[in-house]
Amino acid sequence: MQLILKMILQRLGLGLFTLFVVSVIIFSAVELLPGDLAQEILGQSATPETVAAFRHELGLDKPAIVRYMEWLGGAATGDFGKSLANGREIAELIGTRLANTLLLAAYAAVIAIPLAVGLGLLAALYRNTWFDRSINIFTLSSISFPEFFVAYILILWLSVHAGVFPSIANINESTPLWDRLIRMFLPALTLTLVVTAHMMRMTRAAIINLLAAPYIEMARLKGLPPRVVILKHALPNALAPIINVIALNMAYLITGVVVVEVVFVYPGLGQLLVDSVSKRDITVVQACCLIFAVVYILFNLIADVLSIATNPRLLHKK
Amino acid sequence: MTIGSFALYGLGLIVVLTIAAWIVKRVAVVVAPSDYAYILKTAPLTAWFGMVVIFIYVMLAVLAPVFAPFSETAIVASEYEPWGAPYYLGTDSLGRDMLSRLIFAARNTVGIAFLTTLLAFFLGGAMGLLASTLGGWIDQIFSRAVDVLMAIPQLIFALLLLTIVGTNVVNLILVIAVLDSTRVYRLSRAVAMNVVVMDYVEAAKLRGEGLGWLIRREILPNITAPLIAEFGLRFCFVFLTISALSFLGLGIQPPTADWGSMVRDNATLITFGDPTPLMPAAAIALLTVAVNFVVDWMLHRSSGLKD
Repeated sequence: MQLILKMILQRLGLGLFTLFVVSVIIFSAVELLPGDLAQEILGQSATPETVAAFRHELGLDKPAIVRYMEWLGGAATGDFGKSLANGREIAELIGTRLANTLLLAAYAAVIAIPLAVGLGLLAALYRNTWFDRSINIFTLSSISFPEFFVAYILILWLSVHAGVFPSIANINESTPLWDRLIRMFLPALTLTLVVTAHMMRMTRAAIINLLAAPYIEMARLKGLPPRVVILKHALPNALAPIINVIALNMAYLITGVVVVEVVFVYPGLGQLLVDSVSKRDITVVQACCLIFAVVYILFNLIADVLSIATNPRLLHKK
Repeated sequence: MTIGSFALYGLGLIVVLTIAAWIVKRVAVVVAPSDYAYILKTAPLTAWFGMVVIFIYVMLAVLAPVFAPFSETAIVASEYEPWGAPYYLGTDSLGRDMLSRLIFAARNTVGIAFLTTLLAFFLGGAMGLLASTLGGWIDQIFSRAVDVLMAIPQLIFALLLLTIVGTNVVNLILVIAVLDSTRVYRLSRAVAMNVVVMDYVEAAKLRGEGLGWLIRREILPNITAPLIAEFGLRFCFVFLTISALSFLGLGIQPPTADWGSMVRDNATLITFGDPTPLMPAAAIALLTVAVNFVVDWMLHRSSGLKD
């Protein structure tokens, strides 16, 4: 128990350090901006006085380290400053959008994880049959498809042609939950198709890897049916890599939402990010990037910790 | 143009390409010199399918002006003309010929993705080889820097950098190449590490060969197989990233024809049940699948896996 605790604490420490470095990178992005931010925004015709006033308002006249501490302190308490494009509070812009994005990612995860693990197990069980091959071809091609292609095919098929689901996922706070789930179904399905392939292939590979182990052979020679061999003998030992790949795919989901949100006009963080990039609204981009990066790093950290925690060899000291 | 006939055309195209791949395989096995004939004969049909598709794309890209009936940017008719001669695939949101833009985009999108991958490989490969050969603090600095860069999701990091440097093609290539070189670095360092410890590298060091010789003559020839397979995979990722950025309006800028932005510009048609805007997206998907098939075969061959 000592060993496992020590390793987990080490990972947490490393994760915190990564978060710190990433926040420095995102912050210094503005410093790298060629020329002066204030000048850039106000244009060439601005008088030195307006530029100075604007710099003061943004706090650009303070040294970078002070500004970094203020920015980080603000971000930690939910205050990201103001948007450069329209002067609105960024926290206000982000608020519900962040919740929407997390909801969408969670929706996709709830569909994708059981599907991927189930299909992976079946593919391992019926290895090298037509079922395995067709699932393989299907997943290989869905990895190769751009997200917007999958999204538009679904729109064309399920929305325009069959008319079952709406093609635009315009939800707001007053939308009732059931209605929300219906409107968010197509974006969630798109994300599911994109991440399932990877998770399923890894599940299959993790199980097949173990099937060559002597104790599996033993179980088979005892005369156990293949279903029991896989579920009782192989699966518990394959759990670590499977949990790992699930957590990594959740991290991928968080960034994968960007394109999908744009296609379905879903009011999430990804759309805000894309809009802000095209407006070069650097403070909003920074805030969005920080949130995405933090969530991404957290999921990677969870993957790390879980794969340590599920390793039985670390639980019992020699 | 209904969705049913569109799917039928797509299936037809795949069948034709598969038959072509089969014929090419037969011919290649007969024509090729006996050393290669065995390798070609054992290549699965999927790999041949991939090679035929890649060949067609390269031809289209190189000879785009020959195949395209109209110019890339010329407005030739009113917007959203239906299918029919002389606009075989109709016209786009500005009245430009869809087919011509589709063909020219092969040159632009694939060319830019290829250039970016090449750059990423030179950068990441050189750094990985240096790190593994020199070791010590150079290895530490490079590796830790790459660790940090990889801690931020790639698309998000690309968006951040593009906000700073502005969206144009040169910046796009540089940003994606730098971000993707981190992945190449990881792989080339890992495979080179296995070679660096070999006796013949040690012998070369003792005979006093320089760094350039060590890398080019001793290490590089022994790691080309995984690197080439990785090149194919990385090309797919770069290609998809650039298409996604172009689709978001932050990649290749108009009026340059490009598959990602073509989907975006004509997406309105989809809501009316016209699948024409899906063709550029299908073109992206077909090429990525083709490259993946070839890479799969190469990896299978180099790893000697029989499962």
